[in-house]
Amino acid sequence: MTYPKRIDGRKLNETREIEAKAGIIKRADGSAMFRIGKTVAYAAVYGPRNLYPRFLQNPREGIIRVNYAMMPFSSKGERVRPGPSRRSKEISMVTEKALLPVLNLEEFPNAVVDVFIELPQTDAGTRCAGICAASIALADAGIPMKDLVAAVSVGRVDDKILVDLNYDEEAFEGKVADIPIAIIQRTGELSLLQMDGEIEKEQLIEALKLGQETITKIFEVQKKALKEKYHAENGGEE
Amino acid sequence: MKQLKSQITKGLEQDLRFDGRKPLDWRKIEVEYSISKNAEGSARVKFGDTEVLAGVKLSVGKPYPDTPEEGALMVEAELTPMSSPEFETGPPDIKAIELARVVDRGIREAKAIDMKKLCIEKGEKCWMVSIDVVTINDAGNLLDVSALAALAALKDTKMPKLEDETVKYGELTKESLPLSKEPIAVTVLKIGKFLVVDPLVDEEETYDARLTVTVTDGSICALQKGGGGTLSIEDVQKMVEIGIEKAGDIRKHLGKAKGAK
Repeated sequence: MTYPKRIDGRKLNETREIEAKAGIIKRADGSAMFRIGKTVAYAAVYGPRNLYPRFLQNPREGIIRVNYAMMPFSSKGERVRPGPSRRSKEISMVTEKALLPVLNLEEFPNAVVDVFIELPQTDAGTRCAGICAASIALADAGIPMKDLVAAVSVGRVDDKILVDLNYDEEAFEGKVADIPIAIIQRTGELSLLQMDGEIEKEQLIEALKLGQETITKIFEVQKKALKEKYHAENGGEE
Repeated sequence: MKQLKSQITKGLEQDLRFDGRKPLDWRKIEVEYSISKNAEGSARVKFGDTEVLAGVKLSVGKPYPDTPEEGALMVEAELTPMSSPEFETGPPDIKAIELARVVDRGIREAKAIDMKKLCIEKGEKCWMVSIDVVTINDAGNLLDVSALAALAALKDTKMPKLEDETVKYGELTKESLPLSKEPIAVTVLKIGKFLVVDPLVDEEETYDARLTVTVTDGSICALQKGGGGTLSIEDVQKMVEIGIEKAGDIRKHLGKAKGAK
C-alpha cells in the first residue's frame, strides 16, 4: 500500500502550524502555551519549592515532578475521566525523563520543581506538545537549564516517512508507526523515544534523522516565545 | 493574616482595594467561546487575571429513575495545581466539590436546561450533559468565573449526531442545547463591615463570610453562604440586592462575546 498524499495536504517534513506563548499563567513561577495544529498544551512550573513527604527529598539535588493531564472535554471521543490513569502516569514519567537532562538542580537539594501540563484540546502528539510547553515554562521560571528541549512525533504511514502525525494519520488503515521523540537542542540527542506500530530498522533511522532536522523549527518558536515575553517585560512593545 | 486584614479594611474605609477598584467594581470580564474544538461546547472566561475553562461533553445514558422523562446533568470542577500554588494534585478536595456543587445548583435550580427535551426514550435513553470546569489561573473569585464559564459552555453547545444509539462525536448538528434561562452567580464577601464583589485572593483569605447569590431575570435560584463568620438578615438583604443588581453587569458580557453562536 502507498500513502500518496497526506490527509491534510502537508509535505512529509512539514509540521502542523505551531504557536507558542510564555508567561500565560500569572500565579505560576513560569508558564507557557504551545499549540501544534489542533493540539494545545498549557504548562505551569512551580518551584523550586519544599518537597513533602520528606522521604521523597533528594539531599544531593532538586527533583523534577511532572503531572500530565488531558482536560475532560479535550478528546475527540467520549469525556475523559479526570484524575490519573495508567496512560497519564506513564506520560508524566517519560516527560520527566525527557526534561531532566537539560536541568541543573544541584543548587536546590531537597526541593522539587513541579511541572503541570494540561491539554484543553487534543489531536495526537499531546506528550510532545506538553514537553515543548514545559521546556518554555521551565526557562520562563528561571530554572537553571543547560539547553532547551523540544519534541515532535515522527513515523511512517505506509510507504512514507513523515513528521508530526495527526489523529487521522495515527488511525490510518495500513502500516503506521508513531514515534514521539524529544531532542536536546545543541547536542541533537534524544531524551524521549517511544514507538508503537510497525517499522523497519532503516525506516526508523530515517525517521529519527527527519525529526532531528524538523525540530530546529520548533526551537525557533520556543525561543521566540521567551524573547517576546522578556521583551514585553522590559518595557518593549508586545 | 491579621495584618493583611487590617490593610484591606483600611483601604475599604476609603472605598479602595489593592488593585484600585471600588468595593462593587468588577475586574475586566472576557468571554471567549469554542475554545476546545473536541467538546460539544466550550468557553474561556477571564475576570482580570483569573482564568477558567469549561467544556461540555454529551453522551447517551439511562435516565435517573426519579426523572424518567428527563436528561441528566453532571458538573465537576478541577482546581488544578497549575492554577495556584495552594492547589494540589489528587481527587477533588472540599473546595473543588463545593465549587462544582454551587455551579451545578445554579444551573439545575434555574432550570437553565430544558431537561425534558433531552429525553430520547422514556425511562430508557436520554442525553447526559457533563460540564467540566478547569481552572487555569486563580487570582480570586473562582466561583463566579466558573459559573459563568459553565453557562457560556452550555450556550456554545451543539447537539452531536446520533446514529443507532451511538453518539457520532465530531459530527455536530446545527441544533443547540435547549436552554431557557441564564443563571449568573455573584459572590459577595463581607470583610469587617464592608461588602465587596469579585474578590482577589488576599480578600478571600481574610473575609468573615461570603454569600453566593445565583440569579436569573431578577429572581434568586440558589444561595450558598461560606466562611466562618455570620450574616445578619440586613447583611443578607444587602448582599442579595447587590447580587441581583451586579448579575446584570456580568450578563452583558455573555452576549458581547465574539464567536457566540
